[in-house]
Amino acid sequence: MLVLGWLVWDIIENTARNLQKANIAAGYGFLERTAGFGIIQRLVPYTEASSYGRALFIGLLNTLLVAGLGIILATILGFIVGIARLSSNWLISRTAAAYVEILRNIPLLLQLFFWYFVVLRSLPGMREKWTLFDGVHMNIGGLHVPRLVPGEGIWLVIAAVPVAIAAMLVVTRWAHAHQARTGIRPPVGLINTALFIGLPLAAFLATGRPLHIDLPVFNETGPLLRRGFQAGSGMTIIPEFVGLLLALTLYTATFIAEVVRAGIQGVNRGQTEAARSLGLRSGQTLRLVVLPQAMRIIIPPLTNQYLNLTKNSSLAVAIAYPDLVSVGGTVLNQTGQAVEIVSIWMLFYLGLSFLTSAVMGYFNKRVALVER
Amino acid sequence: MSDPSIAIIDLPSVPPPLVSSTDVAVEMVDVNKWYGEFHVLRDINLTVMRGERIVICGPSGSGKSTLIRCINRLEEHQKGKIVVDGKELTNDLRKIDEVRREVGMVFQHFNLFPHLTILENCTLAPINVRRMPKREAEEIAMHYLNRVKIPEQANKYPGQLSGGQQQRVAIARSLCMNPRVMLFDEPTSALDPEMIKEVLDVMVGLALEGMTMVCVTHEMGFARQVANRVIFMDGGQIIEQNDPVSFFTNPQHERTKLFLSQILH
Amino acid sequence: MSVTTDTFVRDDLLPAKAPPRNTVGVVGWLRQNLFSTPLNGVMTIIILAFIVWTVTPFIRFTLIDAVWTGPDRSVCATATGACWAYVKAYLPQFIYGRYPIGERWRVDLVFVLLLIGLIPMLIPRVPYKALNAIFLIGVFPVVAYILLTGGHHQFVGSLIPSSLMAPSPLRFAVQYAVFSAVILGLLALYARLAGRPISRTTTPAAMILGYIAVILVLVSLDFGLVPVETANWGGLLVTLVVAITGMVAAFPLGILLALGRRSNMPVVSLASTIFIEVWRGVPLITVLFMASVMLPLFLPEGVTFDKLLRALIGVTLFQAAYMAETIRGGLQAIPRGQYEGAMALGLGYWQMMRKIILPQALRIVIPGIVGSFISLFKDTTLVIIIGLYDFLGQIQASANDAKWASPVTGLTGYIFAAMVFWAFCFAMSRYAAFTERRLDRGRR
Repeated sequence: MLVLGWLVWDIIENTARNLQKANIAAGYGFLERTAGFGIIQRLVPYTEASSYGRALFIGLLNTLLVAGLGIILATILGFIVGIARLSSNWLISRTAAAYVEILRNIPLLLQLFFWYFVVLRSLPGMREKWTLFDGVHMNIGGLHVPRLVPGEGIWLVIAAVPVAIAAMLVVTRWAHAHQARTGIRPPVGLINTALFIGLPLAAFLATGRPLHIDLPVFNETGPLLRRGFQAGSGMTIIPEFVGLLLALTLYTATFIAEVVRAGIQGVNRGQTEAARSLGLRSGQTLRLVVLPQAMRIIIPPLTNQYLNLTKNSSLAVAIAYPDLVSVGGTVLNQTGQAVEIVSIWMLFYLGLSFLTSAVMGYFNKRVALVER
Repeated sequence: MSDPSIAIIDLPSVPPPLVSSTDVAVEMVDVNKWYGEFHVLRDINLTVMRGERIVICGPSGSGKSTLIRCINRLEEHQKGKIVVDGKELTNDLRKIDEVRREVGMVFQHFNLFPHLTILENCTLAPINVRRMPKREAEEIAMHYLNRVKIPEQANKYPGQLSGGQQQRVAIARSLCMNPRVMLFDEPTSALDPEMIKEVLDVMVGLALEGMTMVCVTHEMGFARQVANRVIFMDGGQIIEQNDPVSFFTNPQHERTKLFLSQILH
Repeated sequence: MSVTTDTFVRDDLLPAKAPPRNTVGVVGWLRQNLFSTPLNGVMTIIILAFIVWTVTPFIRFTLIDAVWTGPDRSVCATATGACWAYVKAYLPQFIYGRYPIGERWRVDLVFVLLLIGLIPMLIPRVPYKALNAIFLIGVFPVVAYILLTGGHHQFVGSLIPSSLMAPSPLRFAVQYAVFSAVILGLLALYARLAGRPISRTTTPAAMILGYIAVILVLVSLDFGLVPVETANWGGLLVTLVVAITGMVAAFPLGILLALGRRSNMPVVSLASTIFIEVWRGVPLITVLFMASVMLPLFLPEGVTFDKLLRALIGVTLFQAAYMAETIRGGLQAIPRGQYEGAMALGLGYWQMMRKIILPQALRIVIPGIVGSFISLFKDTTLVIIIGLYDFLGQIQASANDAKWASPVTGLTGYIFAAMVFWAFCFAMSRYAAFTERRLDRGRR
């Protein structure tokens, strides 16, 4: 104890002296100072005149954006691959297995370099384009997609979405009650899909289509410097984002696929047999018997993978995608406020972990199978 | 082989079989099945009349479980014909679902759904397959839970019940679909000895009501008192078939004799 | 043969027959595995097309169109396939970095020693596992350290003021002796107060201190090796040094943390839990940043760590947290009866752990440890970000070298790196699966 205390004291003293020598004031005051550097992707307004604090906030939003999208895409791909691994079709299951075994045994950073430095750099130059499909083009400047420009009355369309969701919940409850009463199950999926698409669509049409699509404009002629995509037209997704998202999705999906496979295999074969021998169809068996049990096994490790993906998004710094760590690194270099920046990083990631594990704990307690 | 040695468990005696009807419940003609190169079922011919109770026994690996799993198409046969309740089992998925609705099955390891309560286990299929109102399904479920003598467990989960109780729930769950044929795949093999009787009692009760039953079991006492026919299988084929009295007192085939001597002494 | 009659006895047994033609052999296999339903057939064809579409260009690039030999970039400038000539030219750099050419035998020797120590350790049937482990964990690191750095460190000591004693190895030795004496004295005092035999408490500590003293003497000896700065290390050497040091150093720390987290003393358990969760909660990059920019702040003036050492400290602490959780899983899997049995025999806590619990727990967690080593091995690539040149870093750097720069150089380098990393990781994951199966069999 004594030794430990002395050690801590010594560290604090050394740090204070070192900081003093480098002429750095400890504390978070520097967050108010002007940053003076640009950020290539910002979800909320930011200029070089904004503060360091604002810059870090931009980085945080960028981290959340790439991690959030990555989680959605990796989950979809992971579930497809995980289920494909269990396919009775030999070729499908082997292909899925090969995908998993190859990609998860190659470092993520290497994959990121591959996508960013090889694939995205070999795209056509700024004055050319490569069209994926109508309105979506790629070149070395990134992915050029149409931008949706909201007009007056758009809020009605947006408001229609929660209304539609609420209506879907009501329909679902009504359908349950109806089935309990009469035994006939109304086509819930059909009605809900119609509601979800129909209500916002109706609002959209009723308010006079308050949304216009701004296509990226590409000049093929004219002076050389004017050729290429015109600034301000359409929306450009920077290649750093595309590369990071691709790498994170493809890498994490392999782990999610393994989680899904283990979850489904974790449900005893006898469960399927019992359900089928009661006359349940294969879809019903999956929905009513296999999935509810598999999800209990899948969800805890799945959230773990979500956390891993979020933490791995910090690899952004290697290709200069402006995430929290990358922006923080720039701020650190400019100000020398190492302790403060590292503490902000840690606070963010630790906060996220604790939040997740708290939610997980609650979830586990709720769905745990009752045993003797 | 003397009689008393067979009556291991004291069971109520069952009236003579009701094979008066000429109605065929299950018909298997020259059924053959292979696992890869391994010939598991060889030229199986078996007709089960409505109301008949058949016990299939034989050493492990003799193909008896595979045979009864073919009846509701949990296993696919490669040659021959299986007709259940007038419907032939082919690749037609709709037919298979129809057959499964009319055929109940009880497994060695119960296979109750651990995430559902006992009552929900019983009402799942009636509600989702028979499209029965929930109230009605629950009434039926309670009726059968009463019959297997565990109505008080209705709101518990399978994990909270003993093995014998779970197997009785599994039987009730099948009965809720009002099946015309019941298949039993070694229903007592995974149970502790003191629980076997409570399950057999339920099965005897079913037999008393005239349920068509095909049972794979080693409970020879049950076979003797309930079955109209006992079938002995070995090496994927039917070796011997007889009424229970003759089967136990006067086995014909060498393999049958060997098997009976091993199982009864 | 009729079954409607009540009695039936088979006279002669049916022989096994061959299954119908269309269910076995190539045709049967295809039917069952690829074309069981029309939908499956369509899927098979789509996947087949996809495989042809992806694998063909890969094979063309890496094999058919590849350039295998050549003196410089001119052979690859117009190539449409991999530039293996470049990999061949740079291979030594990929392995040794800028380690002086004349001294590379030392690195080779370390690799050989590692293989000698590791291979018998990994084969379950080879005996003398304990001796082998002592070699790997106790002897090999010291030898490797001396070989790689050159040894001959000058310890002068800094705690005793220069006015009392001039800086010299002797001062350091005196300092170490005083330090050891104080620790042993404190332990003896503690044992006395707790009413335990003094020798039992102090002997292990004395052994550890003695071992450290031996190491210090060894690394300060002059073996006539030219010193090689870690700044010149690179390539696979750095990758292996970071991964293996991280692993070996994290192992004992992980055990302590795992025991600490399960301890009955609330302070110890809380401290261990916080330590573990903090490291596991943050990305390795922030840990490396922390090690590279914050560590120097913590140290007194004049003391500097080199970059590699800082990275190693970061990696070790990070890995220790993961290791602790893996080992804790193993400890939890040991039935209570084992603890109770050990205590009933009158064993103390450390004796129980050392003789009964840990040997069993560590066996269970071998697959987990290998898995965690695979992650660490892949994660070592991140040291690029704090300016170290590991295997991937060296390849990345050389791709831009004017002598070999060409449109295909970068991709060739990445494919080569991917193949090497993949081979390492895949082999390890197979090994983990093998040990897992072996454990399963042992348990049954």
